[in-house]
Amino acid sequence: MTPRQRRLGLVVGIIVGVSIAGGLALSAFRKHVTFFFDPSQVASGQAPVGESFRLGGMVANGTVQRAPGSLEVRFTVTDFAHDVPVSYTGVLPDLFREGAGVVAQGHLRSDGTFVADEVLAKHDEKYMPPAVAKSLKRRHGEARSDPGS
Amino acid sequence: MKAFLDMGGYAAFIWPAYGVTLAVLVLNIIWARGSLRRALETARRRSASSGGNS
Amino acid sequence: MRWTWFHRLASPPYLYGLAARLTPWFAWPAALLILGGLFAGLVLAPPDYQQGEGFRIIYVHVPSAWMSLMVYVTMGLAAAVGLIWRMKVAHAIAASCAPIGASFTVAALVTGSLWGKPMWGTWWVWDPRLTSELILLFLYLGFMGLRAGFDDTQRADRAGALLAIVGLVNVPIIHYSVIWWNSLHQAPSVLRFGKPTIPGAMLAPLLILLLGFTLFFAALLLVRVRAEILQRERTARWISETLSG
Repeated sequence: MTPRQRRLGLVVGIIVGVSIAGGLALSAFRKHVTFFFDPSQVASGQAPVGESFRLGGMVANGTVQRAPGSLEVRFTVTDFAHDVPVSYTGVLPDLFREGAGVVAQGHLRSDGTFVADEVLAKHDEKYMPPAVAKSLKRRHGEARSDPGS
Repeated sequence: MKAFLDMGGYAAFIWPAYGVTLAVLVLNIIWARGSLRRALETARRRSASSGGNS
Repeated sequence: MRWTWFHRLASPPYLYGLAARLTPWFAWPAALLILGGLFAGLVLAPPDYQQGEGFRIIYVHVPSAWMSLMVYVTMGLAAAVGLIWRMKVAHAIAASCAPIGASFTVAALVTGSLWGKPMWGTWWVWDPRLTSELILLFLYLGFMGLRAGFDDTQRADRAGALLAIVGLVNVPIIHYSVIWWNSLHQAPSVLRFGKPTIPGAMLAPLLILLLGFTLFFAALLLVRVRAEILQRERTARWISETLSG
């Protein structure tokens, strides 16, 4: 083995070693580095009780209610398996929308309502010009409006 | 023009973002050329003082 | 396979002359692409259906973030080559990369923050993507600080190279952080399996800028590597010959 091959082995060894150590550490921490809990995790009791945590999911369609004359908003966060009702008083970010992702920081009240101190909107990776979005929505609406509605 | 500068109400975020990026681009040019100029000056001084027969 | 080109590149006088000749071939196309791409991003691209005009920050944020990662990979690979083949010019390349990469990491973090405030509702969150990008900045700064701590260039090269190589592990973590964990940051729109989730009219300026920034990095690296070589080879005869000739 030449000295150069030994140094090559050393570099490869460092990268492999650090990757394995890092991979093990990350998979061990995986549950703990969860940026947010989804409604199913909340329903199964994985979210901390009485403590502040983040709730993430989708704002369920047709659930956003604003109290007249105040900044209070109520909406339901869903992951399509479970729902969590949320109450929040404050200014909402620009990307907050029904049917869009949301991450709220707050705590669970004993009646099961999540009281949020902060609401962050999650952006999906889709970009579209407004005209395209409009025609897409129109076509989507026609396809769906056949049966019941 | 005013509508363009206003950026649909996002002017306070868009223009600083473009400003920071342009500043990083320009500063990188200045820093890189500066480091080459300094290295050249040092090398010239050294070769002049050694009389070119090093 | 002929390795003569590789050995020639390893010669400081050859690389010095080559870098000087190549610089304008990267610098001018980079300037044209960046100015054209910024104009297209600010004026020609249509606004987004959800973010309106605010989405235009993507045209400075994504190229900066791309630079922060691409420069780090270049630095790590150059450091590995320098360590394995005892190649001085490879260490010079790695040392030249660090300040460039660090500055674009700052740009990526600041522009991301300026997008996050109106869109997400916060300047900063300790989200996996944001945290790992911040670690990248500390890796750059640590690399520069570690090198500055040694008076002997050769020892600075070796210590820095080890740190740069270890830090390479962070690069895939940054890229996949948005897929592995529940994250506030969106998933990739361009560098993903399958079709990009961004239409052509919005994507074109971004691709122009990605190419422009990459060429800009090449031009900067060529200038900086000449400065590094001059400093390292200050006692060599070829330098006074080149300067007087």
